[in-house]
Amino acid sequence: MGSAQRISRRKALRLAAATGALPLVHIRTSHAAGRLSVGFWDHWVPQGNEVMAKQIAAWAEKNKVEVDFDRITSSGNKLLVTIAAEDQARTGHDVLSLPTWEVQNHHAKLEPIDDVVGRLEAKYGALDPFYQYLGKVDGHWMAVPASSGSQYKGPCARLDLFREHCGIDLPAMYPARAEHTALSDSWTFETFLKAAAASKKIGKPFGIGLGTTADSVDTSGSIFASFGAQFVDAKGAITIKSDATRAALEYMKRLVPELPQDVYSFDDAIDNRMLIGDQTTLIYNPPSAWAVALRDAPKVAAQCWSFPTPAGPAGRFIPMNIFQFGVWSFSRNKTAAKELIEYLMQREQVQQRCNVVYGFDIPPFDSMLDFDIWEKAGPPPGTLYNYPLRPFHKANRWITGLPAPPQIAVQIYNQALTCNLIAKVTQGGLSIDKAIAWAENELEGYIG
Amino acid sequence: MAQAGSIPIAETGVARVPSARGRLHSVMRRRSMVGFVMALPLIALIAGLVVYPAVYAIYLSLLDKSMTRFVGWHNFVFLLNRATFQMVVFQSVLFAVSAVVAKAFIGFVLAHLMHAIPSRRQRFYRGLLLIPWVIPLALSTLGWWWLFDPTYSAFNWLLNRLGLPSVSWLGEPGWARFCMILVNTWWGEPFFMIMYLAALKSVPEQLFEAAAIDGATGLQKLRYVTLPMMRNVISLTVLFSLIVTFANFDIVRILTNGGPLNTTHIFATYAFQVGIQSGNIPLGAAVSLFMLPVLAIAAVFVLRGVTRRSQEAM
Repeated sequence: MGSAQRISRRKALRLAAATGALPLVHIRTSHAAGRLSVGFWDHWVPQGNEVMAKQIAAWAEKNKVEVDFDRITSSGNKLLVTIAAEDQARTGHDVLSLPTWEVQNHHAKLEPIDDVVGRLEAKYGALDPFYQYLGKVDGHWMAVPASSGSQYKGPCARLDLFREHCGIDLPAMYPARAEHTALSDSWTFETFLKAAAASKKIGKPFGIGLGTTADSVDTSGSIFASFGAQFVDAKGAITIKSDATRAALEYMKRLVPELPQDVYSFDDAIDNRMLIGDQTTLIYNPPSAWAVALRDAPKVAAQCWSFPTPAGPAGRFIPMNIFQFGVWSFSRNKTAAKELIEYLMQREQVQQRCNVVYGFDIPPFDSMLDFDIWEKAGPPPGTLYNYPLRPFHKANRWITGLPAPPQIAVQIYNQALTCNLIAKVTQGGLSIDKAIAWAENELEGYIG
Repeated sequence: MAQAGSIPIAETGVARVPSARGRLHSVMRRRSMVGFVMALPLIALIAGLVVYPAVYAIYLSLLDKSMTRFVGWHNFVFLLNRATFQMVVFQSVLFAVSAVVAKAFIGFVLAHLMHAIPSRRQRFYRGLLLIPWVIPLALSTLGWWWLFDPTYSAFNWLLNRLGLPSVSWLGEPGWARFCMILVNTWWGEPFFMIMYLAALKSVPEQLFEAAAIDGATGLQKLRYVTLPMMRNVISLTVLFSLIVTFANFDIVRILTNGGPLNTTHIFATYAFQVGIQSGNIPLGAAVSLFMLPVLAIAAVFVLRGVTRRSQEAM
């Protein structure tokens, strides 16, 4: 090789730098509005992800933005770990799906998003205070309540077994139409207890857990709420020492013997398996268990019916977990991030995604409850009609920990205080007063 | 004595200052420098992946929940006053010590049994016994979880077949703790076995022969020959395993998630619950660092003992 063709080190470096920059330039020319990195919850229904990807692609094409879309599973808490890591590193995605408590946990690094929520509320109606509790900090929306992944965790029971062994006709109590029935007023925790006893007698006890995972915490929290028990009030004062808490614990002392023996080691999958495996008459779950049963145990699925929780002295409280779309304050393309979120929360997009996930996703706006997926889904026809909370249910959305200030509530929730309190009494053998004193001490630690 | 790379003035009469390239060459020729440069990637790796995270974790543990204010030892003092955390300390110690003792004992027995097998067949059994250790822990724990599963426990199925009642493996505090220790022992025992086997093989046969001539019994050979010769390996494996077991996360997370009644929480799972799930990273960091001083002191003593014995043997 002649000396004229020899490449010096400096030239080689220049060439390498230019080659490295080539894709970046290319992206900029074809995507004038820049890049956006999005990390959304990996939906358990694959079609949910596919439709989400298509919607993002359509928006990206229209707005000339290059979007990297990551699906992040919540299995093994990967989504939580990702959020915590990005918060610490101040880098990562621009937009993230934030599960129930994560907006409150990371609000200091989130971009206020009042403008987007304001426009959506103007179009679809005001959001319930429940969403404000989880999404607002110091009067500002720090994320937009999302539909993808948001879910109720009310009862899903077996029509045939309830009719035959518990004497309850579920479609008569909660028909698949907008109608309040007198029977639904009799759906109280006393009826619930009788049904639990009848179910235990036939060897198919209620699949309700008192473990430390979300399903158990959600169920137990809604029971306490139905009896009017508040662990900590909205101002942060400990209010657990009350007759309402005692009443709830007295009730649980009667209910727990009617539940499975291993109720204290339940995780979020056991109840699903019990339903699909024809081992139970009732679980507290979104329609995911029913949807899997459709595939694996169609005869069981054809007998499933979703409906609201029983009422206690203080009312009816349906456990709910939500996801929210948040934009990091260190995002380099906040404008595009907000525009994408607003686009994804338009009625057409929400409905499209809701339809492909069997109605699992609950839109945050009540004006969207007229989607027909919940009427159409089956078998049996109308099985999901009463899955979303409807005005005639006379029920409330609930998350364990409410109405405590979120930084205290998140600890009540994640440290499974409701389940542990019940277990102290029903498994640990503590008196109700001693168990409450123990919980009071725990709460002092959360506030401390 | 003239320094390398410079020429004495008396020899030349002119002070010759070496060029920059010359100086670099002379520095690079020093053996210590070459060793340092070659170890630099490893030092950088350790600094980046061990030292920095450790220092950052200590820094985090000294902040308040919002990570904006320095609070000194407050998080540690706060934790010490919490009943749940006191339980976590007890459980972590119970879990780590029981599991390490069990692993060491079983590993020791297995190593001796393996040592007695002719070397041709030994390879097969050695490979077989190493299987638990090479399977990813999260995966094998899932297998165990299936065996203990509340609804479909394979163990309970067997018990029921034998006419015995089901056991609430993961729902009753005593059984749940036992299950955690059992799974950790099952997973970690091959490490002890292989280390002890290697140590056994290095004990000179003449020592056993001399002991036999002196009329030593099997137990006496074990006490006066085998154990002293294996002391360093035992110390190091126990120390290493203790550190790893104290830091365990997968087993508890998968089997019980800390329940029932928080009776199976250990440092790592509790730190995750407090730090990541409940959004209090400084408190979580404080939980995870709690055993650091204890283990560091133990490590210093153990390593000092090992060094002393090694020097005595030389």
